[in-house]
Amino acid sequence: MRNKRVIESPKQRQNRHKAMECAAVLEKLRNDFDIRLESMSYFYDLCEKVYLKREPIYPKSVKVGTMCLQVPSEIIYALDAVPIRLCNGFHTDDEIGSDFATSKACPLVKATIGEFSSGNFSDKPDVVVSPTTCDQKAKSGAIIESLGYEVFDMEFPRTKESEEAREYWRRSVRRFTKDLAKFQNKKLRRGKLKEAIKKVGYAQHLYHQLNELRKGENPPINGNDMFLLTNAFFFDELESWTRAVEKVLDEAKNRDIKTPKHSVRIVYTGSPPVFPNLKIPLIIEQSDGLIVADETCSSNRMFNDMVSVDEWFLYDMVDSVADRYLKGCTCPIFTKNSDRIRRIIELVKSHKAEGVVYQAFAGCQVYEMEQRSVLEAMEKEGIPILYLESDYSPSHLGQLTTRIEAFIESLKNRRRKR
Amino acid sequence: MSKIKKAINYMDLRKVRFWVQILFFVFFIYGGYLAIDLGNEMPIFSCGYNRENGGGCYFLGLQHQLARPWDRLFGMAGIGVLTGFLTFLVWFIVFNKAWCGYACPLGTLQDWITSLRKMLKIPYSSYTLEQYKFLKTIKYVFLFIVIVFPLLLGLGLLNSEWRGAFCDMCPGRLIVPLFTLDFSQWYIDFSSKTTLFLTAFGMSFTALFFVGSFIKKRFFCFFCPMSAMHYIFSDWAVLKLKKDGDKCTKCGDCYNVCDMQIKDIADDVKSKNILRDDCIFCMKCVAACPEDDALHVDILSMKVFSSTKGGFTKRMEFSKDEK
Repeated sequence: MRNKRVIESPKQRQNRHKAMECAAVLEKLRNDFDIRLESMSYFYDLCEKVYLKREPIYPKSVKVGTMCLQVPSEIIYALDAVPIRLCNGFHTDDEIGSDFATSKACPLVKATIGEFSSGNFSDKPDVVVSPTTCDQKAKSGAIIESLGYEVFDMEFPRTKESEEAREYWRRSVRRFTKDLAKFQNKKLRRGKLKEAIKKVGYAQHLYHQLNELRKGENPPINGNDMFLLTNAFFFDELESWTRAVEKVLDEAKNRDIKTPKHSVRIVYTGSPPVFPNLKIPLIIEQSDGLIVADETCSSNRMFNDMVSVDEWFLYDMVDSVADRYLKGCTCPIFTKNSDRIRRIIELVKSHKAEGVVYQAFAGCQVYEMEQRSVLEAMEKEGIPILYLESDYSPSHLGQLTTRIEAFIESLKNRRRKR
Repeated sequence: MSKIKKAINYMDLRKVRFWVQILFFVFFIYGGYLAIDLGNEMPIFSCGYNRENGGGCYFLGLQHQLARPWDRLFGMAGIGVLTGFLTFLVWFIVFNKAWCGYACPLGTLQDWITSLRKMLKIPYSSYTLEQYKFLKTIKYVFLFIVIVFPLLLGLGLLNSEWRGAFCDMCPGRLIVPLFTLDFSQWYIDFSSKTTLFLTAFGMSFTALFFVGSFIKKRFFCFFCPMSAMHYIFSDWAVLKLKKDGDKCTKCGDCYNVCDMQIKDIADDVKSKNILRDDCIFCMKCVAACPEDDALHVDILSMKVFSSTKGGFTKRMEFSKDEK
């Protein structure tokens, strides 16, 4: 019996709400889908550990918070720190962050700011690196700094074709390397960077192998599990992540899948689903869609392009690492987006997808503005596409579900006609 | 069949190329000792002043042939010029520009100088795009000297001091005979202003060759008139460098490793034939491409060496044990 009423502190409330969000999504991931891999339980447990129990993964290491995927994790690892990507998917944090930005801002940015303003981290970053990608991310770096965190701005060009942009970004990366080395009071060593490049390269290699299996007639892993797995790369320890993915890959390869029904194969593109905001991917796969590939910065874009080094010395390695984060990047912040369109078309072809779902966060200007050109390009190619706008709130769920169900139904009709 | 294909696509190109280059180097520099002579129509800078060569540079002969008086040149002597040219073309068509990347002794030497620089851990330098665009035009100026100057000579507009003008300027004439311990080409000819200029140019160009190729990968190839000559006929070649733009993500890995800084290799997603005038067909780009079949080397439209994800990760040592 309770005789004393305890008033919940804002932090406790925040934690409780976040835990509820997390538990609800994990529950669905664990039980709602036919395609199931035993080895995925590592990732479910990992999310439970971090978001429900709020246990730190790195009690001792120096943690470098990164605001976008363009911050080279190879260099962070080589300088004995660990990268933690701070892109946040919690509605709870989104609401807290609303005080710092307009309500029309991107929920992902607001959620990230919200987490900083509460200061409630299980792994609190020691320093934050903010590349000047989109406007909202660039400005949020300054807001985070004003909240009392140490922030490195990292200048990122808004075009990528020109040689000037390439050189500009290479310089940014070199300067970041120096800044971080100074922060760490360490010198970047050749052997260490080489090792880091290979470790990250191996992680990418695993991702690619897994992705290769999704091209087959019976993909052994569904899109939501894939999103969760790549999400874990944001914050999990590299070695344990690698080992877990090796297991998933092993199980996926050796599995004999007999799927009686053939779900509609979907390529997912647009604003990144970040755990626990798997709202749209969950609706898709609950409506008999199957995400076979994606073009988002929380998954494909993070792994797709690999570093190639000609001469394994610092001078070439740092520049090559820089190139990887600029040249192949399909982020909509760039002036032209032909690469993104080409990537989507290539993914549709290689993964034999039947339709594309394009989600833009309400408030994400660049994805919203690019919508028209992508839709036009898909129409030209004869690829059906559904454009959705959503945010982190649980409202509009009914409406979104109806639209997605209708889209998938129409794709099934299309299939019958053929 | 697929096993052989995989073995080729997964090969360690660096090693293979190293040994192929040594083989060709020995063949062309010391071929004379082994009684090998492929003639003097080779599409590479295997200098004819090296008496032991296993096949000489086409430009030496060409300049002499074209310098004949015009009445003879356009008479019976023209047949000799024509057969010489056709022989050159046949040789060239077989390997395309791979002559540069694999067989040219002067090219191989530059790669060895690069290895030396790597051993000393000295960073390479590269040109800015503007410098690059300017420098790459120089080889056409040299090609003009190779072809038009002898014609003017035959017409009587230039005097005989201009005979073999390009050879006088070429670092190959000074460097290649060195390997058979022949230093006789290291001179400056003071007999006239023209010869003084040409031979002094050759000496300085040679000095520049060593310094340049130490700090810049394949420094000389930017200026090579043979490379320009190749490019004119490269469309007819059997060996081709092809690109499938749809599969390219423009990640720039190929551009990053390219010794010749060819930007099109990464950014051009429209061209099927991606060979450019500066290309030395070293195939490093194909080896550095992480996308399946985005870049490939074809013999008569049959893929013989393709870029593969697996091959890439193996070469970069990302994957631990790829079978």
